[in-house]
Amino acid sequence: MLKIENLHVYYGGIHALRGINMEVADGQIISLIGANGAGKSTTLKAIMSLVQKPEGHIEFDGTDISKMNTRDVVKQGIVLCPEGRRVFPDLTVDENLTMGAYLRKDKADVKKDRDWVYELFPRMKEREWQLAGTLSGGEQQMLAVGRALMARPKLLMLDEPSLGLAPLIIKDIFAIIKEINNAGVNVLLIEQNAKAALEISDFAYVMETGTITMSGSGRELLNDDRVRSAYLGE
Amino acid sequence: MTKKTKLICSVIAAAALIVLLICSYELTDSTSMLRSVLQLGAIYALAAVSMNLLNGVTGLFSLGQAGFMAVGAYTFAIFTIPVDKKAGVYYLYGVADGLADIALPSFVGLIIAGLMAAVLAAIIGAPVLRLKSDYFAIATLGFAEIVRILVASSPFNRITNGSLGLKAIPGFQDLFGFIPAYFVPFIVVALCIAFIVLLVRSSYGRAFKAIREDEIAAEAMGINLAKHKRMAFIISSFFAGISGALLAQFLGAVQSTTFPLAMTYNILLIVVIGGMGSTTGSIISAFLVTAAKEWWLRFLDVEHYIGDFKVPFMRTGFRMVVFSIILMVVVLFWRKGIMGNKEFSWDGLYNFFTGKKAKKAAKAAEGGSIVE
Repeated sequence: MLKIENLHVYYGGIHALRGINMEVADGQIISLIGANGAGKSTTLKAIMSLVQKPEGHIEFDGTDISKMNTRDVVKQGIVLCPEGRRVFPDLTVDENLTMGAYLRKDKADVKKDRDWVYELFPRMKEREWQLAGTLSGGEQQMLAVGRALMARPKLLMLDEPSLGLAPLIIKDIFAIIKEINNAGVNVLLIEQNAKAALEISDFAYVMETGTITMSGSGRELLNDDRVRSAYLGE
Repeated sequence: MTKKTKLICSVIAAAALIVLLICSYELTDSTSMLRSVLQLGAIYALAAVSMNLLNGVTGLFSLGQAGFMAVGAYTFAIFTIPVDKKAGVYYLYGVADGLADIALPSFVGLIIAGLMAAVLAAIIGAPVLRLKSDYFAIATLGFAEIVRILVASSPFNRITNGSLGLKAIPGFQDLFGFIPAYFVPFIVVALCIAFIVLLVRSSYGRAFKAIREDEIAAEAMGINLAKHKRMAFIISSFFAGISGALLAQFLGAVQSTTFPLAMTYNILLIVVIGGMGSTTGSIISAFLVTAAKEWWLRFLDVEHYIGDFKVPFMRTGFRMVVFSIILMVVVLFWRKGIMGNKEFSWDGLYNFFTGKKAKKAAKAAEGGSIVE
């Protein structure tokens, strides 16, 4: 459903992405792993048109989205859950979720989705009227994912959902990502925590300094010697 | 509290406010301090609420308020000074040809004043809104100064009357024959503020708040940052222009020195004391600050003696020193101001008096297991 061909991004004189080719097939969890500065976040930002003038071809469900502005990309059904949670701290949990559905006009379905998000994250329901800034890190991450889901994405892109969280919470988050995928949402996941990401992924790409160096199913990569030594620390 | 109780409370409160306002008219004479403080308070309330829309709700820290008020005030004055008084007002330089025969009704003048400020905001907004935080503040501050200097500069002598300023601006007039002139500013301000409140509660308002909280996340939600910032800037300036026009009506005369930088800071002070982001806070504090500054603290400007002992410091201008100290104290110890960024709600008031919220929080702390 998402197809990226020969994507280049420049930050001033820095050539951050050097011709990325990747594909997200329907119904799957795809992850993108790699070291800091490899260009993972940049790839997601380029898809969302959040970087200046990316070059290359990005196609989503048959439409060329590479020249669209962010608003139209969101309308197409691609939603980014940005790195570092970025919830709206002085808005309540409920208002944060409302903001997620900002571009939607179908009020009845928005309500349904809100109920679904509260079902996925019962803790959010408990804290419905609390300011998002007062939530713990794990709760904020859940809220950020819930907020992204409120846009009813066809493709949910998660940028480092496990960043700075305790191992137990990370387990929860990954279980929920799996659940979201089972509900029919495609997931494109960026992770430093390569092991956890590969375990739930149907397919994965490994990025190094702006290029994709390896790809394969999650299991294949988990058993690959180079991946094991470089990213799994074994 | 049920919706119905809240509605009844709101109706009663509104009625009470109207009755109090009518009392302030019936029980005082036309030179009373109370009357002018209330009118001025209402005008500043509009200025503060419009500034709060930009600074508090959208998070764009602008210092151009006085500039837009000046534009509104001058526009209003230029278009509404009665034709027969124009010769007297422009006695030194003469009046520009096209303006000599124009004297619009105040209502039309108010709208034009707002529009003129909005148009200017649209023009300067394009470059200025690309700037972030401090730079944006500096740029808008510069704009306000430019306006102030331009209206007093000689090329515009025949329009703005240079440094002499404009006089004979028509004051408030009776409305529909049965509403006394005294109430006119309150009605105009109430309508404008009602519009802003509805805007803040709409999805546009939510988008403004999202931009204030986190621009990147807001953009990722599909909010068009440039468009919404421009919109907030233009709408805020429109109402700043109207408040400037009301001030011109109230004062009857405007000069470039009516709108110094200190004017912007005064309004900023109102917004900060009320609580950045709270419309209700801005309104409450506009009346409090105006009353304190123009009325309650006046005694500080007069020399006092206790017996033979002359109280130190008390002389003209000391009021402003005390005022600055109050600002510092507020910023240091009471940063959230009167209302924080909350709006007034009956639930809030109810909880405040019953202490329910505190209990709820305590319960949550002991009962709810913390995730991390």
